Amino acid sequence: MPPYVTFVVDGILTGAVYGLMALGLSVIFGVVRIVNFAHGEMMVMGMYATILLHKYLGLDPLLCAPLNALILFVFGFALQRGLINRYIFRPEHEQFILMLGIATLLTSSMLMVFGPDARNVQPDYALDSFQIGSLILDKVRVFAAAGAVISVTLLWAFFRYTRTGKAIRACADNQVGAQVVGLDVSRLYGVTFGLGAACVGAAGTLMLLLVDVQPYISTDYTLLSFVIVIVGGLGSMPGALLGGLLIGVSEGLSAYLITPSLKSMFSFGLLIVVLLIRPQGLFGRSA
Amino acid sequence: MTLSRRSFTRGALAAGALAASPVGRARAQMAPIKIGSLLPRSGFEAFIGKDCQIGLEVAEKIIKDMGYSFEVIDGDTESNPQTARTQAERLIRDGCHMLMGSFDSAQTFALAQVAEQHGIPMVVNIGADPAITEQGYKFVFRNFPTSHMFGDNGMVLFDQLFKITGTTPKTAVLTYVNDSFGEATRKAVISYRDRFGLPFKIVEQIGYSPQTNDLSVEVAKAKAANPDLQIVIHRLNDIIIMVREMVEQRYQPMGIISPGSPGMQFPQFFKALGKYANYCITNQPWLDPKQPLAHRFQTDFYKAHPDYLCGLEQGFMFEGLLVCVDAYKRAKSTKPEALAAALRTTHITERVMIGGAITFDAKGQNTHLPSASVENLNGKPTVVLPEANAEAKPVFPMPRWF
Amino acid sequence: MRVPTGRRTNAALLVAAAAALVLPLFAGSYVLSVLVVFMQAAYLGLCWNIMMGFAGQLSLGHALYVGLGAYVAAALYVHFGLLPWAGLLAGVAVAALAGAFIGALSFRFGVTGVYFALLTIAFDEATRILFDHFSWVGGSAGLFLPVKTLTHNDVLHLRGAPEMFYYILLVFSAAVLALSRMLLGRRVGYYWLAIREDQAAAQSLGINVFRYKLAAVTLSAALTAVAGAVMAFYDNNLYPDTVFTTAGSVAIITAPVIGGVGTLFGPVLGAFVLTTLGEAMTDVGAVFGVPGLKQWFYGAALVIIVLAQPAGLWPWLRRRLRVGEDER
Repeated sequence: MPPYVTFVVDGILTGAVYGLMALGLSVIFGVVRIVNFAHGEMMVMGMYATILLHKYLGLDPLLCAPLNALILFVFGFALQRGLINRYIFRPEHEQFILMLGIATLLTSSMLMVFGPDARNVQPDYALDSFQIGSLILDKVRVFAAAGAVISVTLLWAFFRYTRTGKAIRACADNQVGAQVVGLDVSRLYGVTFGLGAACVGAAGTLMLLLVDVQPYISTDYTLLSFVIVIVGGLGSMPGALLGGLLIGVSEGLSAYLITPSLKSMFSFGLLIVVLLIRPQGLFGRSA
Repeated sequence: MTLSRRSFTRGALAAGALAASPVGRARAQMAPIKIGSLLPRSGFEAFIGKDCQIGLEVAEKIIKDMGYSFEVIDGDTESNPQTARTQAERLIRDGCHMLMGSFDSAQTFALAQVAEQHGIPMVVNIGADPAITEQGYKFVFRNFPTSHMFGDNGMVLFDQLFKITGTTPKTAVLTYVNDSFGEATRKAVISYRDRFGLPFKIVEQIGYSPQTNDLSVEVAKAKAANPDLQIVIHRLNDIIIMVREMVEQRYQPMGIISPGSPGMQFPQFFKALGKYANYCITNQPWLDPKQPLAHRFQTDFYKAHPDYLCGLEQGFMFEGLLVCVDAYKRAKSTKPEALAAALRTTHITERVMIGGAITFDAKGQNTHLPSASVENLNGKPTVVLPEANAEAKPVFPMPRWF
Repeated sequence: MRVPTGRRTNAALLVAAAAALVLPLFAGSYVLSVLVVFMQAAYLGLCWNIMMGFAGQLSLGHALYVGLGAYVAAALYVHFGLLPWAGLLAGVAVAALAGAFIGALSFRFGVTGVYFALLTIAFDEATRILFDHFSWVGGSAGLFLPVKTLTHNDVLHLRGAPEMFYYILLVFSAAVLALSRMLLGRRVGYYWLAIREDQAAAQSLGINVFRYKLAAVTLSAALTAVAGAVMAFYDNNLYPDTVFTTAGSVAIITAPVIGGVGTLFGPVLGAFVLTTLGEAMTDVGAVFGVPGLKQWFYGAALVIIVLAQPAGLWPWLRRRLRVGEDER
């Protein structure tokens, strides 16, 4: 089997987690139309929350994910209702800067609370792998990807089949119309932000299986989320997921074909190209 | 010059403690010298700053017990050179007679400029860029190997290892993290090879980004080259990912050896990899098993901080402080010129790191800082080379994982 | 926007200028180092303001221009012994080209607002990674400038005491202030304002939106590079990971946002407030053993300003003092 098959599969697995992370961003923008520059910071919060849950409740990290999603949901909902709600109609740059300020606050708060040391969780199956033919797959990576896929499916089902989900979609499509029909837009925005935060919280738990956490890794993940979401299309759910897979695979392949240390540059290059040529991304609707 | 409230409080407490201690009662003659300690305490290097700080704190207690009179005042470089400069200025304004710092070369370079400008002696306890002692400074001293020394001293141990164990690899792959440290070390390795030759051929060099969470491609590339030896230049996060990936891909060379990187000696490495952490070798300056002071330092450290590593950084933090207070003791004055003169004639034999006496050459650099081969044996980093300081015999090649 | 005139304003300006000129004489070494940080922040903020405050283009990748200015000047000095001021001009040219390139590309393809901001970040980060691999300037191992022992201030070779750098930055800041004031009073200033308020309307009025936006971006980039070049000779070492970071770009915008985007003195006031309070925070943090308090304060300041006074501190102060545009 040619070596690049492994990289493509690995890229898909990692990409699934990236996709879940970016999905949160996409959901928030698609509905509330806020560009959440504190996205990476929220994920890092989720990672730290997982560490605490793992330490004090002894839960396997994978099981922490739903709990973590809940915690981040509450946080996101509160943040939106309390702070961000008044900013929805303000100029874009004010929103951006508000989220930037929140991001800085979150990072420095986490430094003060948790200290600067890198931390991680060690599941028992950390060094195991699945073997399919001549393909060796990291167990941790497979489980993380599975978790991501399950989360995305749940979210999709929520938006498709529940009343609140449909109401949120209505808001996104036509805000005035939604209000006319009697939907509590404010509350729905809060729920959406909470859901976006929950996505990123779950993604954080899964990401913690792959990397260590320390307060300053957040910026890279914020940027990565933006790359994925722009490529996939801001506001498009399948776009975010596919964007994540695309970035995951392209990182792996570019590391193989070009120099590994240039692989992030490839992602930025892709971002630039997409922004110029097709800003709505692969699946987004034109802004 | 006004005394800030904080330094006054600390000074009062220190004086009180000193007076109360038995040592203090007997030898409270000299006023404590004020030493400014600059480290990255916030910003993205904060975790290293913390590691260094706890080493320094344990060292302070021991060195005070040895009868030295000093007070350490902390400064935060915030992981950036501009702040390093202003904080150094602040410490000098608050009355520091000497400065120590500061791990990162960019910040250290800024500090050195400030120190030299004010004529305040500075001891670089950690900071590898050669440029720091190449500027003709009169007040800057460094008790830490330059990246050139690091590279050379690390590489020279390869020959010793092969000779003692009777096995010489023919080919090697070099993987390195592509940041300032990784690049500098890689250059040093290649420079050594070009000047002195190596018994093996470096068939491939694979660089990767420090923020990576996936090294499967890099490891696959290394595996495809099928080398006898894997030379790794890394940081903690990525070496864990790499070795784990090597285990998963069933890729095991004769040895995983680093010419000097932080990571394989850390408790997190052992915890993450279990038995696969064993037999990894890192060549770098290390605590000397034959020095009683080193023993005491390690014992006290692990009692206070069982989950941390007492290694290279901590040892040099200890020695940095030791160099400062030793100079003060001999100078008998806090005048900068006297301190600088005393620093130039430093000759400390009772130390914690492997090597002869601590001395400084005309440029203020300590050029006798040999590396040791530290091999992970039985879940502990163990000194196996040089033979004079070894705690155990080196094991090479690695026993098979599977 | 009315350009400030009037007796009170001029008096206030005179006082401020006198204070700025005379301060270093009374300041100890520590305060002077902080003043240099303040002046640099003020200068960079003023440059960024031209693009954002006047023309309304949000750039979050301004560290790119600082870095280009720094690296070009430093590399030419290290490798060819080129006079720093000549190197500075070269750096300015490169940065202007980069700014023009980014601007032209973006505006030609209709990339605006948040998307434009993301584009600027992408270019900055991509350049950082590129420089990590650029061995002629040291790559990720960094570029070091030889430091001469300072016996006197050599403005020609940009070797000297911190006072020298303070005054150089002061002169440049005053120049950018004067330039901004002049531009605002002329047609280009009004066009920028129109574009900032409502680009579509401006276009329909016949304003060549593309050209004027491009001008703002290029000018801002070129001016920003000046600070990069000057500070390269102050710090004497450069690393891509220190110079080209997004965190650096965020630091550049913090002062003008706090002070007041689009105003003349906002960036200066913002820089002053942030630098002085930031140092106070570091002191407080040191007393309580809490590192990183300054960062926390910067984040809080951003949030509070956007919430309570989105126009910034300067408009508020201006009303109180009744100077500038509020002089009646």
